[in-house]
Amino acid sequence: MKYAYYPGCSLRGTGRAYEESLLAVFRALEIDIEEVDDWNCCGATTYMSVDELMSYALAARNLALAERNHVDLIAPCAACYLVLNKTQHYMREYPSIQLVVTRALDAIGLRYRDLVKVRHPLDVLLNDVGVATIAARVKVPLKGLKVAPYYGCQIVRPYATFDDQREPTSMDQLLEACGAKTVRYPLKTRCCGGSQKGTLPEVGLDLIHYLLMEAQRNGAEVISTVCPLCQFNLESFQKEAGDRHHPTSVPVLYFSQLLALALGAAPDEIGLQRGFVPIEPVLAGREIAYA
Amino acid sequence: MYSDCESPRIGVYVCHCGTNIAGTVDVQELAEYAGQLPNVVVSREYKYMCSDPGQALIEEDITDHNLNRVVVASCSPLLHEPTFRRALGRADLNPFLLQMVNIREHVSWVHLDKQAATRKTKDLVRAAVRRVSLHKPLEKRRVEINPNVLVVGGGIAGIHAALNLAEGGKKVYLVEREPTIGGHMAMFDKTFPTLDCAACILTPKMTSVGSHPNIKLWTYSDVTKVDGYVGNYKIQIKHKPRYVNEELCIGCQECITACVYKEGKTPDEFNLGLSKRKPIYLPFPQAVPQKVVIDRDTCIEFKSGKCRKTCIEACGERLAIDFNQTETIDEIEVGAIILATGFKTFSPERNPHYGYGRYPNVYTSMEVERLINASGPTGGEVVLRDGKHPSAVGIIHCIGSRDANTNRWCSKVCCMYSLKLAHLIKEHTGAEVFNFYIDMRTPGKGYEEFYDRLLDEGVHFVRGRVAEVSDWAAHPSEEGKLVIRAEDTLAGFVRRVPVDMVVLAVGLEPQADAQNVRRLFNISCSTEGWFLERHPKLAPVSTFTEGVYIAGACQGPKDIPDSVAQAGAAAAEAQSLIDARFVELEPYTASVLEEECSGCKSCVPLCPYQAIAYAIDKQKAHINEVLCKGCGTCVAACPSGSIRQNFFDDEEIFEEIEGVLAYA
Amino acid sequence: MELKRTVKFEADRDPEFARWVSQTVGGERIRHCLQCGLCSGKCPLSLYMDYTPRRLMHLSREGFKEEVLGSTSIWLCTACYACMVECPKKINVTHLLYALKERAIEEGRYPRRFAIPIMARQFSRMVRGRGRITESWLVVQVFMRTAIWRLLGMSRLGLKLLRTGRMPLRMETIQRRAEIATLLDSVATTRKELAL
Repeated sequence: MKYAYYPGCSLRGTGRAYEESLLAVFRALEIDIEEVDDWNCCGATTYMSVDELMSYALAARNLALAERNHVDLIAPCAACYLVLNKTQHYMREYPSIQLVVTRALDAIGLRYRDLVKVRHPLDVLLNDVGVATIAARVKVPLKGLKVAPYYGCQIVRPYATFDDQREPTSMDQLLEACGAKTVRYPLKTRCCGGSQKGTLPEVGLDLIHYLLMEAQRNGAEVISTVCPLCQFNLESFQKEAGDRHHPTSVPVLYFSQLLALALGAAPDEIGLQRGFVPIEPVLAGREIAYA
Repeated sequence: MYSDCESPRIGVYVCHCGTNIAGTVDVQELAEYAGQLPNVVVSREYKYMCSDPGQALIEEDITDHNLNRVVVASCSPLLHEPTFRRALGRADLNPFLLQMVNIREHVSWVHLDKQAATRKTKDLVRAAVRRVSLHKPLEKRRVEINPNVLVVGGGIAGIHAALNLAEGGKKVYLVEREPTIGGHMAMFDKTFPTLDCAACILTPKMTSVGSHPNIKLWTYSDVTKVDGYVGNYKIQIKHKPRYVNEELCIGCQECITACVYKEGKTPDEFNLGLSKRKPIYLPFPQAVPQKVVIDRDTCIEFKSGKCRKTCIEACGERLAIDFNQTETIDEIEVGAIILATGFKTFSPERNPHYGYGRYPNVYTSMEVERLINASGPTGGEVVLRDGKHPSAVGIIHCIGSRDANTNRWCSKVCCMYSLKLAHLIKEHTGAEVFNFYIDMRTPGKGYEEFYDRLLDEGVHFVRGRVAEVSDWAAHPSEEGKLVIRAEDTLAGFVRRVPVDMVVLAVGLEPQADAQNVRRLFNISCSTEGWFLERHPKLAPVSTFTEGVYIAGACQGPKDIPDSVAQAGAAAAEAQSLIDARFVELEPYTASVLEEECSGCKSCVPLCPYQAIAYAIDKQKAHINEVLCKGCGTCVAACPSGSIRQNFFDDEEIFEEIEGVLAYA
Repeated sequence: MELKRTVKFEADRDPEFARWVSQTVGGERIRHCLQCGLCSGKCPLSLYMDYTPRRLMHLSREGFKEEVLGSTSIWLCTACYACMVECPKKINVTHLLYALKERAIEEGRYPRRFAIPIMARQFSRMVRGRGRITESWLVVQVFMRTAIWRLLGMSRLGLKLLRTGRMPLRMETIQRRAEIATLLDSVATTRKELAL
């Protein structure tokens, strides 16, 4: 299976563990990927607030570059995933946007013909590989590890392409295929505040602490995320949240790290050392040993 | 008075319609122009042709000038064609020797240029004059009407319609799908705005139906085939086996007590699954007919054939239980049909953010009606699933309604019943009650006053569409509660209200099989799925299919008074149809010229009214004039041109076209 | 006792703003808003807003520009789209908030040293210049222009990120850098031509 791969800026920075573990998962499942040549920043939510039209053009450059290979494009970062999808939708719906973007791409010698499908890794793993295949390749079963599956906003709203908008289960299914047990998590799609923790710290902390509190209350031993910013927000401010509200100490991992672990990758291959709340004690408690 | 070989003597009448036509069209010029057309003997213009003096003009001219054809240039024929036809009739001229020209809706109301408009009317009148010469005299056909009536659906609307007709001396067949009549109303506890006990006002009517000599009540039955046309419907009805002989069962219910199941194990449909029933059961204590029914899917005797059959033992000498009963079929003939098949409630699983099915203490309004009802699953105690009384209850309006994601319409009754439930819940439990609404819709008689009464009772009214019902606690006081999050729009901030019980005011929808039913009876549905009335303002209970009427919630969401009113209206219209004793059919029908029909059968499947049959012996198509509505589809489709239509002969149409094209 | 007199005359409405709102991408259905309050009920940030999303919808369509562009709501929105999923009238609330944010930044309506527009500006500069964002440098640039002392407060977190290899010190740049500027300039030109 071959795909184009668009990491996005965060996966080279705070989200490094996401990329490392995801690539490990792809290797283990023989998913062949090719990084989009000279990809640029998609603009994320920030550029969208500055200048929408320019934001679409930025995203479209990547779509045009990816289109060349006639394969689906995997975009792991939730914000990139949303922006790329949104760009496609709006270009189809609004002729004026299509016109502006087409001309802009033309100015740099690119054409976009709306041929590429933007996919999330959860989608690819669930629907192209399948739970059965993954379960069969598990080398380190997760032995009932209690995981709170946190989807966040951007991969389920506003475009529900591969999972239910209000009760998504794709991540749950994949984690359970590896032997983990997902706990009830009513806040699984509630916003973590995004960049608000940096710009309006009090607001950001408020949103973050509910997510942590509820995960702990439901007995989660680890929170599994799909977005670099969510992962950073949830793991970095647990002490601050504890001082102001409810104390928590829950490791926050990318779903791909848990998957990679189960598929037998080594801990440094999957960036476990990059987390701020160590997972080792939890794994030891469950007698989950690395491959 | 006329004959086909006589040359046409045409009278042309141009109406001013006040300034409606005369304001844009030069009626003087038009009348003069018409007067010099070939075969036109007299041409006049008048202020209001449809008035008595206007019509008198036509009648006098027919007599004085020996006219044998008439053209009236005025408004739409939909409005006054019958008027002018009657005028011709009074002057002893066949009414169909008239052609109307629409120079109002088609000219003066849509054009601004007076010169161009007048030119257009000249073209149209010229065409009509040429056409009308070819008109042939036609007769309306009369068909006799069977005086019996079929009422489908035994809810309050069906019951009321049936009783009405029965009292009027008509024989009524009332067919109901469930083992008992009563519909949704039988499940309610009290009704708004009077807080009358629903069963108390319904059961006398149900009993009357059961005992009325003019009503044949068939429950646990379905209509399976409908053939025929207005006044002459042939209906096939299938009766599901109860495995209990209705003639012999006296409803003592000893069999139920004696059943080998010591307690019920099957979710009770009448109590919406809140309690369990045995395989042999009576739907509810006041069921009509008061006959027991056996559910073959859960009865041991049907599953294994090895039951002790204590029910038969308990029945004793009455011998009413019969496990060998089979489905039976009845064929009846009726003249009119009233559909009163009711509604279903919105399924709240479609809105997962309200937690129905996930949180046990989220109920639908219908479920709560059963809890409140003294003969319900909890004996009238409003309790949570664990038996405790709630100390706070949230009632959420507009579930599934007024929402582009589910149903766009307002279900009309939910605000009122939510107020009613608020009152009853408070009365039964003394809990804090919160009603979350968007608008308070209380338009009926006594409804706003009912709202006034509620305002005194201390119910919290929060205006805000609820965003979610969840159990995550943002505050220690919320632990173990269901939290309703909504913006209190009147106050201007978001509120989190912890409650023990949530009641979802589910909206009304068409029945799940509404499309199948409407196809069976050959009527239309609106886009939302409600049965379509002939006119939203002026003909709410009749349909476009003559002889089929609709009443109650199947036509659109409505409360009991409106359902009853519609039922009475439908009964009256059915009665009026039947008492006319015959039906006059418009003669615009098509007929097959047998000599020219090649027997290709292309026309047969095209007819939307199934009026064309293929006569195998003659190998020719034959059109039933009584079913034919004159849509013209078969006429156009026939490859050999052997179907002709009254009033729309090829020659008539070609003359009209030539008339338009031959502009002066 | 501080008293404030509030009455709104028709002259206080800005019809051009109201028109712009209803014609902007995302505002097409704004006249359909029933003011049901579901958006505010869903929004996790509405607790902090001076005008909840619902109120913002009504104020916008009526043309109360001052209240709208001066509100905290437009800065608090994280574009999580929760409002739009259940909106019974299918109003594109999030997109309208984006449009209002854009307009507020354009018109300079925000307090000095307000982090969000400063972040937006630094972000767009970095993307235009290098084609990619290097988070660490972006954060430094923003803090330097807003509250430089907070950098010290963040230093522990910064060191953690550095230690775990999540804070590359080299700035990421694409090979064909010039393309980005060309791309963005073309958008600006076309937009002007089409008067969008």
